[in-house]
Amino acid sequence: MQQSNTYIIVFSVVLTIILGLLLSGTSQVLGPLQQEAIALDKKKQILGAVISASEIEAMTPQQVNDFYANRISATVVDLSGKEISGIEAEKVEIAKDYKRPADQRQYPVFMFHAEGNPEAVESYIFPLYGAGLWDAIWGYIALETDMNTIGGITLAHASETPGLGARITEGEVQSRYVGKKIFDESGALVAVQMQKGEGKDYSADAHKVDGMSGATITGNGVNNMLKAYLGHYEAYIKSKSSNQAVAGL
Amino acid sequence: MSTETLEKAIENKPAEPLFSKRRKKLVTDPLIDDNPITIQVLGICSALAVTTQMKPTLVMAISVIFVVAMSNFVISLMRNTIPSRVRIIVQLAVVATLVTLVSEVLKAFAYDMYKELSVFIGLIITNCIVMGRLEAFALGNKPYDSVLDGLGSALGYSWIILTVAFFRELWGSGSVFGIPVFDYVSSLFGPDFKLATNGLMVTPVGAFIILGLIVWVQRTKTGYVEH
Repeated sequence: MQQSNTYIIVFSVVLTIILGLLLSGTSQVLGPLQQEAIALDKKKQILGAVISASEIEAMTPQQVNDFYANRISATVVDLSGKEISGIEAEKVEIAKDYKRPADQRQYPVFMFHAEGNPEAVESYIFPLYGAGLWDAIWGYIALETDMNTIGGITLAHASETPGLGARITEGEVQSRYVGKKIFDESGALVAVQMQKGEGKDYSADAHKVDGMSGATITGNGVNNMLKAYLGHYEAYIKSKSSNQAVAGL
Repeated sequence: MSTETLEKAIENKPAEPLFSKRRKKLVTDPLIDDNPITIQVLGICSALAVTTQMKPTLVMAISVIFVVAMSNFVISLMRNTIPSRVRIIVQLAVVATLVTLVSEVLKAFAYDMYKELSVFIGLIITNCIVMGRLEAFALGNKPYDSVLDGLGSALGYSWIILTVAFFRELWGSGSVFGIPVFDYVSSLFGPDFKLATNGLMVTPVGAFIILGLIVWVQRTKTGYVEH
């Protein structure tokens, strides 16, 4: 009887229904908690571009939320650098937006304010999104108020090779970008290129950083991503830096 | 049919103690003498991939223990109703469900771990240890024995990957569970002294070397020879 086709079909259907109910039930129950975890993670990533990972790690989720609310404000701009009103920057999903043509995307900008002085902006944080070797890579880059010097960067990935490309998430790799410049002397956007090979000293070159051995393609992905997204924000970045130049006079 | 008659014969005997010698063996055998990684050479993929640090390795170990024990239990409960022609698919469905549960729970309560392990949690489904125990044990034995058997195999897997992770994190990153041991030891010997970390240990190659050494030490001690 157990070998009859009817039995097998009924057995499979019943099993599928039970397991399906179990999984969808779990997903329903845990869904809100997961959304919270994802939102918190996004805030941590944004903050990661301006404060160190160990500081963020020491904070409780509540502290992260408070810190974020006090120190970060955000706006959304379009490709020409004009602000788009009525959109919450945190709600813009870069990954989904990435599929649209560059001039139709929404570009969130996060501003990191000085402690105790909500007027003064310490740095501007821009999201990044691109392709690594296997899958998507993304991150946030912080520019200092001269709109040229990199204050910090956080990078994350979906499934780069552990120990090789996945090293972009390491603090040591990310710290290589700190202090580098994105514009050359003539004011053209050149961003920063991660080089092939590892162990050379690029501290004299404002546009090059040491590479990751065995992860050249991930490194190229990071380079393309930086160049592309800084390019998308170029109009906004230039508008900010010229404002300051005028204010400086 | 033969398994059913065999079970009836056992049922007529007085109840076996909860931790009889035979049952203890179910748990202890896979720890050393029949270790899934070092003797059966199963589950190598994740043993190489997740063992750069202790913390994700521990989470991985706990997840595997849960999945192997639970899937052994569930399959053993259903063993007399599973049509043998679709038994692999049934096993796969049960294992995949359990793995998805683990992954969902991690996503909700330990998102950082979920991000770090994401692919490898999913890959527990294809971990040969899980299917291996289901085929070799759970299909022919009672639920309680199957749970013990699952625990044994998963613990055998766990202690090996934790040992590998211990050496890889210590030599590769100079820390244990994220505590910077090398920095501390270096500071004891004065400001100029610095213990160097070995980048090889961070790559999968490092795992092969450590694993090879463990297998060597173990086989020297137990005298195990492959036939």
